Amino acid sequence: MRSVVTVVLACAVLGAGLGWGLTRPEPLDQSYGAGLTADPDAGALIFAAGGCVSCHAAPESEGEARLVLAGGLPFASDFGTFYAPNISSDPDHGIGNWTLPEFARAVTQGVSPEGQHYYPAFPYTAYGHLAPQDVTDLFAYMQTLPASSTPSKPHDVGFPFNVRRGLGLWKVLFAKDDYVLAGDPDAQVARGRYLAEGLAHCGECHTPRNALGALDHSAWLTGAPNPSGKGKIPGITPAQLDWSEADLVEYFTSGFTPEYDSAGGEMAEVVSNLAQLPESDREAIAAYLKALPGG
Amino acid sequence: MHLTKSITAIGLGAIMIATTGFAASHSEKAAKAAVGARHAQMQLIAYHTGILGGMAKGETDYDAEMARVAAANLHAAASLEPSSLWLEGTEQGAVEGSRAKAEIWSDMDGFTNALKTLQTASAEMMDMAGTDLDALKAGMGGVGKACGACHDDYRGPKN
Repeated sequence: MRSVVTVVLACAVLGAGLGWGLTRPEPLDQSYGAGLTADPDAGALIFAAGGCVSCHAAPESEGEARLVLAGGLPFASDFGTFYAPNISSDPDHGIGNWTLPEFARAVTQGVSPEGQHYYPAFPYTAYGHLAPQDVTDLFAYMQTLPASSTPSKPHDVGFPFNVRRGLGLWKVLFAKDDYVLAGDPDAQVARGRYLAEGLAHCGECHTPRNALGALDHSAWLTGAPNPSGKGKIPGITPAQLDWSEADLVEYFTSGFTPEYDSAGGEMAEVVSNLAQLPESDREAIAAYLKALPGG
Repeated sequence: MHLTKSITAIGLGAIMIATTGFAASHSEKAAKAAVGARHAQMQLIAYHTGILGGMAKGETDYDAEMARVAAANLHAAASLEPSSLWLEGTEQGAVEGSRAKAEIWSDMDGFTNALKTLQTASAEMMDMAGTDLDALKAGMGGVGKACGACHDDYRGPKN
């Protein structure tokens, strides 16, 4: 009898230990960015391509005020409501006191400077593709943006999803280093893949999610229900969308569809971000979409 | 006497119903016509933007004169005075086919400003479209932004 108890206890300890190990946040890489020179102007383009403003600007702000990254925009989900945090240069309420390694771990691995997992409402699984030079430039640019002392609003998430440690397991299961469009495409498609799957994180809205909120890579960019509950976010693989590359580039530039209707909702935000990139980048995203299966 | 009174009452009632019915169908017709005219305006804007967009995309050759005319007509269509078109009571849900949000009327100043933004962009396009292809391409962004911004705030979802 006593031996049974011992075995059960041992298993429990082992299981808990294993779980604890698996869910442990990634350690800080103190040498991240060593030897790289930060270019804030290049970072401005990374910032645009990453769409940071779309989520982190204060809701309803316009014009220059969009660059005050005070946060506060709500994101409803099946797990509760998430609020975009303050990522302005404020040292107390924003990221003004962060180091580059802390910023890099937050953006590419979803771990806060305090060593807590972020919820994947923050698209770090996409940003995980970012090159260290781009992260370094982005960090330098963001430090030039205005500070806001608005405190970040706590997420409204119930049990068990409020146990952040559990997100470690989620990451083990769903955070992948590989690109969805596998293989070694030509330079333009590769650039488009870096932008679309990484920085611009198109998959976050255009790909359906499983019951645990992870993107279903087998249905990559084939469209998904709108989390707002209204309507559907369209599929954008060649199987669903027959726009030419020129149509796609024009859409990314001016927001005009081939029928000369305008982009709406969140996509209007995306267009205003993409419009800031060099035309070659918009062409690369178009080439990537055309290279997806279903063409 | 009693009967006469009742008949009069019924008669009056019938006349009232008929009048209301007539009034309703009359304003319904006007509302439908206004929505139709707005759609025609949007179609004129889209058509001329399409001529410019075709050149921007390289689907058609750049033709300075055609581009100038398309921009001028786009500007003319964008410059229609709104009060005859945006009649009250013609929002989405009230009239079939309308996607106009109620905010157009509750925030008429904002709506008018959004319209002015388009007119500014289309006026700029008139200067740019006839200059050269690069200028035309640059002008597309401003027009697109104006269309999108107004649609975002004042156009309801597709059904």
